[in-house]
Amino acid sequence: MSHLPILQVIIPLLAAPLCIVFNNRRIAWFVALCATWASFGVSLLIAQQVLQSGALSYDIGGWPAPWGIDYYVDSLNAFVLLIVTGISALALPYANRSVEQEIDPRSQPYFYSLLLVCLAGLLGISITGDAFNMYVFLELSSLSSYALIGMGPRRRALTAAYQYLVMGTIGATFILIGIGLLYSLTGSLNIQDISYQLHANNIIGSGNRTLLTAFAFITVGLSLKLALFPLHLWLPNAYTYAPSVITIFLASTATKVAIYMLLRFCYCVVGSESIFQLTLGQIVLLPSLAAIIVSSVVAIFQYDIKRMLAYSSIAQIGYITLGLSMSNHSGLSAAILHMFNHALMKGLLFMTMGAVSYSVGSVYLTDFRGLGRRMPFTMGAFIVGGLSLMGIPMTAGFVSKWMLVQAAIELGWWDVVILILIGSLLAVIYIWRVVETAYFNPLLELEEEEIGEAPLSLLIPMWLMVIANIYFGINSAIPVEFAQQAATLLLGGM
Amino acid sequence: MSWVGHYNYWVAIFLMMSGFYVVISRGNLIKKLIGLNVFSTSVFLLYISMGKIFGGTAPIINEHSQKFQLFSNPIPHVLILTAIVVGVATTAVGLALTVRINERYGTIEEDEIRAKDDSL
Amino acid sequence: MESVVDIVLLSFLCITVVAIVYIRKLFCAIMLLGIFSLLSASLFVTMDAVDVAFTEAAVGTGISSILLLSALALTHTREQRPPHQPYIALLVVVVTGAVLIYGTMDLPRFGDPNSPIHRHVAVRYIADSPHEVGPPNIVTSVLASYRGYDTLGETVVIFTAGIALVGLLGFRRRQEFKVRLYQPMDKKTSYAENSTEDGDEFEDNIKLPGANHMVLRIVGKMFIPLILLFALYVQFHGDYGPGGGFQAGVIFASGIILYALIFDVETAMRVITPKGLRLLAVAGVFIYGGVGLVCMFLGGNFLDYNVLSAHPLHGQHLGIFLIELGVGINVFAIMVIMFYTFANRKRGSV
Repeated sequence: MSHLPILQVIIPLLAAPLCIVFNNRRIAWFVALCATWASFGVSLLIAQQVLQSGALSYDIGGWPAPWGIDYYVDSLNAFVLLIVTGISALALPYANRSVEQEIDPRSQPYFYSLLLVCLAGLLGISITGDAFNMYVFLELSSLSSYALIGMGPRRRALTAAYQYLVMGTIGATFILIGIGLLYSLTGSLNIQDISYQLHANNIIGSGNRTLLTAFAFITVGLSLKLALFPLHLWLPNAYTYAPSVITIFLASTATKVAIYMLLRFCYCVVGSESIFQLTLGQIVLLPSLAAIIVSSVVAIFQYDIKRMLAYSSIAQIGYITLGLSMSNHSGLSAAILHMFNHALMKGLLFMTMGAVSYSVGSVYLTDFRGLGRRMPFTMGAFIVGGLSLMGIPMTAGFVSKWMLVQAAIELGWWDVVILILIGSLLAVIYIWRVVETAYFNPLLELEEEEIGEAPLSLLIPMWLMVIANIYFGINSAIPVEFAQQAATLLLGGM
Repeated sequence: MSWVGHYNYWVAIFLMMSGFYVVISRGNLIKKLIGLNVFSTSVFLLYISMGKIFGGTAPIINEHSQKFQLFSNPIPHVLILTAIVVGVATTAVGLALTVRINERYGTIEEDEIRAKDDSL
Repeated sequence: MESVVDIVLLSFLCITVVAIVYIRKLFCAIMLLGIFSLLSASLFVTMDAVDVAFTEAAVGTGISSILLLSALALTHTREQRPPHQPYIALLVVVVTGAVLIYGTMDLPRFGDPNSPIHRHVAVRYIADSPHEVGPPNIVTSVLASYRGYDTLGETVVIFTAGIALVGLLGFRRRQEFKVRLYQPMDKKTSYAENSTEDGDEFEDNIKLPGANHMVLRIVGKMFIPLILLFALYVQFHGDYGPGGGFQAGVIFASGIILYALIFDVETAMRVITPKGLRLLAVAGVFIYGGVGLVCMFLGGNFLDYNVLSAHPLHGQHLGIFLIELGVGINVFAIMVIMFYTFANRKRGSV
């Protein structure tokens, strides 16, 4: 009996209390580091097993599925687990110096503890096969991220966290309502069993109004969590004012996990053949396109570069949901692959922001003057991240965007193809502003204070990300394989 | 016609929506949290209503309850126990943020906070 | 009869909620929220959810109110603005509500014993849990065993809230400033009332009478041991009746909080130190998680209590006892921590 699925979650979950036992920030950091690396290792093992021998399942408490809670890993969530743990395994070494500078020393053990809880929450959402358990872990991850954002160094972090708390709780409550309605129809909370009951009792075919409403609530609730276009208002502030490490971590994982939940509910519960996908596609299509264009335009006019990247994240989420709305195999694979690639490039870009803010103190556009010379490694990494974001060949971002374009062509959506290209052009503009300032705007004489390159503990994780961005741009076989398997699985039903 | 038997659900929905209204229409940070509490407590009502069986009794098996033979559904109860805890946890974190906001801004009214941020 | 009680309580709830929407004095809104929780707790009793009612009464009416009042004491007592954009908000709410009502059209009738939720998973819980798990209280069986993992999640949620509060607010050291004495509730009312005319400031130099209030001290001394005793009863009787670790933890904590309110926070903090509480909170989570891990080492799945003893029912009994204990300790510690972090904060400090 393999205990891997449960270990994936309980390692960070139980390491979180351990962080605060000694009230020492070094020990806390070290515990967190070990826990994240261990869970990365576990997720690698899980991914290997899933690729070799198909889905894993684990009955918690020894109770079989509809009666107890079970963990269920297939190629879709194995992939999500890899993304989440991979990013956190890189973010933790980075955290040491960055957190030292940004967070009150007395709060640091609590900071790491919350970070681990957040990680455990995200992993728990991704791995569980039980709808209500998903809600519990969703709240776990949200609650800790509200606090983590609120610990940001500027006072606007507090209002950003509060705003996120209110919108996040509304979203979670909507999801709770949706799960409750599904439960009242089926009498079960296990996702596979809900799906089975819905089909067996012919609830799907009959156009049941409660089912429709349940899905409406779950979709709206999750759209709030994943910051789909008109419901994205919490995101820019939250990402801008959170501590650097938290921005890296949340930007590359939290929204991805919400998208995963949406996929799970939409495809695994009602089944792929049903008309829900088409309706969902139509509903999600417009917001996605609006997200790509409007957020990219807004990003161009931002002077706080972290904020600019936050808007760019909303646009990138638009690409992912666009792939989702195509509801065919190539669209879905593109969406799933873009989840991975977006985590890579946004993780990288926010890491460079953290380094700049570490050395310079803030990340306004004007602070970037002359940084090309003063922080060559950081700005080099920024350029690679930027290229990946634009979707230039040989970077990770290219692969998924290319797949997305192909999927759109396959459907004959030429207008969408054009919009995707416009989105990329807009990305060129906003990334170029930073690059221009960093490399071509001379420093004023007055400002010749000592600003050096960021310390190695920041640069090494950053450059590992750079390598990942380039490596997965050239040799994308593994993630593409995962994404296509996952898409096949979603379309084939569970 | 089954929908005459739905008054419990409908009242719960009315309560929920009142709470929701308070959350989105008020600018006072504490009032918003009060609204969130009302909102979630009413969702609990919805859940518990689903579990009720007419003529049933609390799901505790002992000599007194044997004569009922009909127990209300325990699952919603378990779920809501968890949800109540989540609710109070969220309230506590929200309040902590409110207190900190008041310390840094001197107000807990959303529009005043925004004005202070913009004037920087 | 059931329906009459039901309808009366529901109408009370509606009235309360309308008052909450309209009232601008935050103190009153908090009190009304307490009433709202208490009414819903009563309604839960009529709908046979005794455990939920117990928790709602302890948490919604007790702890939430205390936390809200503590935060209120540190901020402003009156909502200063009328609602902004009420029409857009109203539109959103009406649409959402309409969708929900539309969704209830195909829901099974209220109280219908034949609806799907009573005929699938729940059947096994009701029929087999006495033989499979043991406790007469089916809610305890489901909570601690069938869905024990959710309860671990819940324990960590409360733990997270506690450490989030400490991370955000911190325990101030006592030397840093004189701890503000906490005035008893009834006194706080009158301050809130008085203060509405000239803004909403508490005067910091008001002599707070808590420490010298004879009646409160004597009544408190009589009641606090009883409260603590009752908490222990709830903790260990959860298998047989409503209650369990969570409720017990909350009640135990409320005993301590009452002590801090009547006497003073500083003394309470000397008896039950923040450091001790931190370790207790950690211990609570570890007991729960540890039971799960021990189950794994003994060859079962995580939280599979059957392997804890030669006889599965004994194993279940032991497992449930231990995890309820973990929950109780954790909840107690975190609730007191939450109170301390608010109570120790000086009004307006930066």
